[in-house]
Amino acid sequence: MSILVKNLSKHYHKQKAVDAISFEAKPGRILGFLGPNGAGKSTTMRMLTGYLEPTSGHAEIAGRNILTEAIEAKKHIGYLPENTPLYTDMYIREFLNFVGQTYEMKNLAHRIDDVIKMVGLTPEQHKKIGMLSKGYRQRVGLAQAIIHNPDVLILDEPTSGLDPNQLVEIRALIKALGKNKTVIISTHIMQEVEAICDDIIIINKGMIVANDSLEGIKNSNNNSSLEAIFRKLTA
Amino acid sequence: MYAVFRRELFSFLSSMVAYITIGIFLLVSGLLLWFFPDTSILDYGYADLGGFFSLVPYLFMFLIPAITMRSFAEERREGTYELLITRPITIWQIIIAKYLASLVLILFSLIPTLIYAYSLSKLGFPEGNVDSGAIIGSYIGLFLLGATFTSIGLFSSALTKNQVVAFVICAALCAFAFLGFDYSSQLISLQNIEGFIANLGINQHYNSISRGVLDTRDLIYFITVSCLFLFFTNLVIGGKR
Repeated sequence: MSILVKNLSKHYHKQKAVDAISFEAKPGRILGFLGPNGAGKSTTMRMLTGYLEPTSGHAEIAGRNILTEAIEAKKHIGYLPENTPLYTDMYIREFLNFVGQTYEMKNLAHRIDDVIKMVGLTPEQHKKIGMLSKGYRQRVGLAQAIIHNPDVLILDEPTSGLDPNQLVEIRALIKALGKNKTVIISTHIMQEVEAICDDIIIINKGMIVANDSLEGIKNSNNNSSLEAIFRKLTA
Repeated sequence: MYAVFRRELFSFLSSMVAYITIGIFLLVSGLLLWFFPDTSILDYGYADLGGFFSLVPYLFMFLIPAITMRSFAEERREGTYELLITRPITIWQIIIAKYLASLVLILFSLIPTLIYAYSLSKLGFPEGNVDSGAIIGSYIGLFLLGATFTSIGLFSSALTKNQVVAFVICAALCAFAFLGFDYSSQLISLQNIEGFIANLGINQHYNSISRGVLDTRDLIYFITVSCLFLFFTNLVIGGKR
């Protein structure tokens, strides 16, 4: 099991941002993490990646406990944070080199070439990150997430702000990556979920309201559209 | 950790921060030491760098906050802090890397001033007639003082997302640590523990090293204060998770 979450909670004073959620994610499948704004999607992802400390609960990434074996667990995660924060004063290669060094990678120059090709950054590869358009920044964000070839990819709204052409390309890339990795993506776009996700978790007010495969969730709701199901469960 | 240190140092050097702060530091210290009649060595008539060494701590009070204010405040505001903390490195490694990068920059700003010491020894009569022990001691003192101010700067930067606030907090804390204890020890009601309070301040220990006597107590003092503020930084950063 690549991601195992048990009763994970995050409380801010009395507010329960995430309230004892449990789920699993399997390798080779893409898990869509759905929910209205403020439902706790990003908070959950931030706890899994070690940015936030859970108030209580337990989680494992590739068999490593995220609290007691944090460093080991982090080596197996590729993470694209919401809004894609990047060091805008660095060149693309310089930045990817920095990221690779934090994982103590060997053969880094070669790997950077591969990754740049993979995410389609080749025409822009000599620019500073600050000069890139939103779509290309998103690609740099993806590149830094996959550079160390992690088993687990956690992508927080990876397609927000992309134009339709870029959308198709990035989705295809995520789909390809999902063949042999465990991928969790959060999104608001229902067509995207239908296009790339195998499993779905819908979260509302910090609690999981649905956790099933894409077909499963449709079958149990009389084959209505995903949008209708989402509205029914979270409204 | 080395990767973070390198990135930090390169971002100083690729932005204007490093050049402007070091440039202003050298300009002001050079002007005060050699040109302005009230403070110039040439008018003073003695081959003595004492004036320079009593001036630099005040310049550091503004220079060092300017260098360190970005370190955590900017990363947290831009969100790149999330990128950094989710790497397989510990918070301590991040803090130490940033600390060392700022320290290297301070070293860069001190190295050119060795020319002053060299010029002075040429000006002495007979040539080379300067108190080299005091000069070496003062440079060590300055470096230790810079290291302490830097740890205060990192702490201030960890407190807030706003760089200006980080700058002001750091400058105030540095000024208090340097002079505050000295002045408050003069208060009448505190006179029976005057020595103890003055000893808590940086000034006392800096002056003691500047005489050219490297006392382990002073060394331990500077190292303790630096570690203490790095420890506070870790508490603040860790507490924000």
